[in-house]
Amino acid sequence: MAEVTLNDVRKVYAGGVEAVKGVSLDIPDGGFCVLVGPSGCGKSTLLRMVAGLETISSGQVAIGGRVVNEIEPAERDIAMVFQNYALYPHMSVYDNIAYGLRNRGTPKDEIDRRVQEAARILAIEPFLQRKPRALSGGQRQRVAMGRAIVRKPQVFLFDEPLSNLDAKLRVQMRVEIKKLQRALGVTSIYVTHDQVEAMTLSDKLVVMSGGQVEQVGTPTEVYRRPETRFVATFIGSPPMNILPGLVDGDGRVSVGGLTLAADDLPAGLEPGRHVDVGVRPEEVEVAPAGAPGAPFAIDFVEELGATELLHGTLGGSPFVLQVNTGAVSPGTKAVTLAIPSRCVHVFDAETGKRLGRAESATARAA
Amino acid sequence: MEKRSLYNNKLLPYLLLAPQLVITLVFFYWPASQAVWMSFRMEDAFGTTTEFVGLENYVSLFQQRAYYESMATTVIFSIAVTFLAMSFSLLLAVMADKQIRGGSVYRTLLIWPYAVAPAIAGVLWLFMFQPSLGMIGRGLISIGVPWNPMLNGDHALLLVILAAAWKQISYNFLFFLAGLQSIPKSLIEAAAIDGARPTRRFWTIVFPMLSPTTFFLLVVNIVYVFFDTFGIIDAITHGGPAKATETLVFKVYQDGRLGGDLGGSAAQSVVLMVIVIALTAIQFRYVERKVTY
Ligand SMILES: Nc1ncnc2c1ncn2[C@@H]1O[C@H](COP(=O)(O)OP(=O)(O)OP(=O)(O)O)[C@@H](O)[C@H]1O
Ligand SMILES: [Mg+2]
Repeated sequence: MAEVTLNDVRKVYAGGVEAVKGVSLDIPDGGFCVLVGPSGCGKSTLLRMVAGLETISSGQVAIGGRVVNEIEPAERDIAMVFQNYALYPHMSVYDNIAYGLRNRGTPKDEIDRRVQEAARILAIEPFLQRKPRALSGGQRQRVAMGRAIVRKPQVFLFDEPLSNLDAKLRVQMRVEIKKLQRALGVTSIYVTHDQVEAMTLSDKLVVMSGGQVEQVGTPTEVYRRPETRFVATFIGSPPMNILPGLVDGDGRVSVGGLTLAADDLPAGLEPGRHVDVGVRPEEVEVAPAGAPGAPFAIDFVEELGATELLHGTLGGSPFVLQVNTGAVSPGTKAVTLAIPSRCVHVFDAETGKRLGRAESATARAA
Repeated sequence: MEKRSLYNNKLLPYLLLAPQLVITLVFFYWPASQAVWMSFRMEDAFGTTTEFVGLENYVSLFQQRAYYESMATTVIFSIAVTFLAMSFSLLLAVMADKQIRGGSVYRTLLIWPYAVAPAIAGVLWLFMFQPSLGMIGRGLISIGVPWNPMLNGDHALLLVILAAAWKQISYNFLFFLAGLQSIPKSLIEAAAIDGARPTRRFWTIVFPMLSPTTFFLLVVNIVYVFFDTFGIIDAITHGGPAKATETLVFKVYQDGRLGGDLGGSAAQSVVLMVIVIALTAIQFRYVERKVTY
């Protein structure tokens, strides 16, 4: 077991593309760190630098306190699960799993014991003699996992391991990966662009964009207090509504003539400053008839089963609201919304950075 | 899953195949059947009339000592050329695959030999290894090697082997390179993480993954050495000295064209055809099974 430390890690590809622009991270021993971000933001590049599959342009990667920049992948004591599984097609499942042990000269009976154990944990014993092409996607995924756990490495690296599975299987394997990681206690870094996967798996969530880290925190912290507009819209589904607005005074913003209270807005900002106001669709409620609130005009409704999404306009901007099915009777054209002041996020219109109170930021860091 | 035809027209598939079928008929089956027909006939001394002689051409062929010698030469020649052409091109392809960035220049250089006509390739090699004029020939003599492919049969055989292999390397190289590049990079990376050093990676992952390509090339190369090396041998040694480089295909030409024994030559080409068909069939039957994954 080991902690993984990244210190100002950069990657510039041969063509001059700067894929990773100085990332520093601490992943504690046994931690489950998920790197999430849109396509092309450098997640895979960062992971592959930890694996030793890409050279590190500058900065340091340390595993278990040992700087591994110049160390071969084989000597880093890591295992990696690839998006396409990278199973050796000409070898049986057994040989696929045993390959890494054989390369390290593990005795035969020890190999057999460990392969059988891994196969038992992953429930792939019936397929050990088959070739990978004779397996379903989910079974291949398990074999890839088997190949990783059989060596008992210090770190697991996953690069979008579930993205080739169908939605149902993905949910099932997600739970299994989490259980397995808990049971084995192996430090893990997991790359995905699926924010639900990111939220459910991680105990340390790293949101990346354009080669940089936007925010690091527990999934709840990131969800509750997004540090940038990008994180706010990236984490959460359906995404957070962003409305253009102005600072209206201490703790208040105005959006298209509506005034909203925002708890986290620091005092002393000049009124009239342009801001982006973020409100999550699921944190707003429909106010009882006659109660004060923000008028919301409904355009159309998307039914999701237990909940429904109301699309419409609020203060002149498009807005989405998520409510329990039946909370608004069909055919309703306008409702009044109660927007809790603790759920109003304010971002600088230009930089996209959160305009938040310093004390809550320090409280978070502590 | 069954693939269903999108077209209901029963004629269309045949129409689409027709050009290929016509070409095969005109350029392979027709001459082949002519050869079979001629192998049962014998010309008179002036080449004006022929008569049916049954298997006589074959009987006399298998009574010739020279025919067995030619067969032995062919075996040595084909094994050596196939092995050299394949192993060397694989080595070059592996090197090119690593450095594929500067690869296009490298690739172009390597494709040239394939574009050179066999006769020119032959003359080129002959010239290089000519004991009194050729650069390499003189070099060999100056370091004390009694090199003389004009008189020494072994030297001559070695020279045609090298030239024939050289001619085929480009072709093999292209296929090996394409094969190497179609191996998913993640497999190699997974093997690297699994602790396999480059050499071990090559033999346990890359080489097995290349086996369909290798098999295909093996078939193609054997057909090449049996039939297509005629031009090179003709240009370098004319089958000499003292028939040391007379392979089966060269003997067909020698006896038929120069010796005027059309019937005997036809019988030889039929035997040659049978040998190659048998070899190919054996390869497909026993080797192909092992190379699919
Ligand atoms: N070998 C390479 N050479 C040059 N540029 C590269 C190379 N590999 C990746 N890049 C670039 O680096 C950036 C980051 O790529 P990376 O693969 O890390 O993205 P990612 O976050 O994993 O995206 P995805 O979710 O699509 O997998 C991209 O802009 C990509 O075009
Ligand atoms: Mg990626």
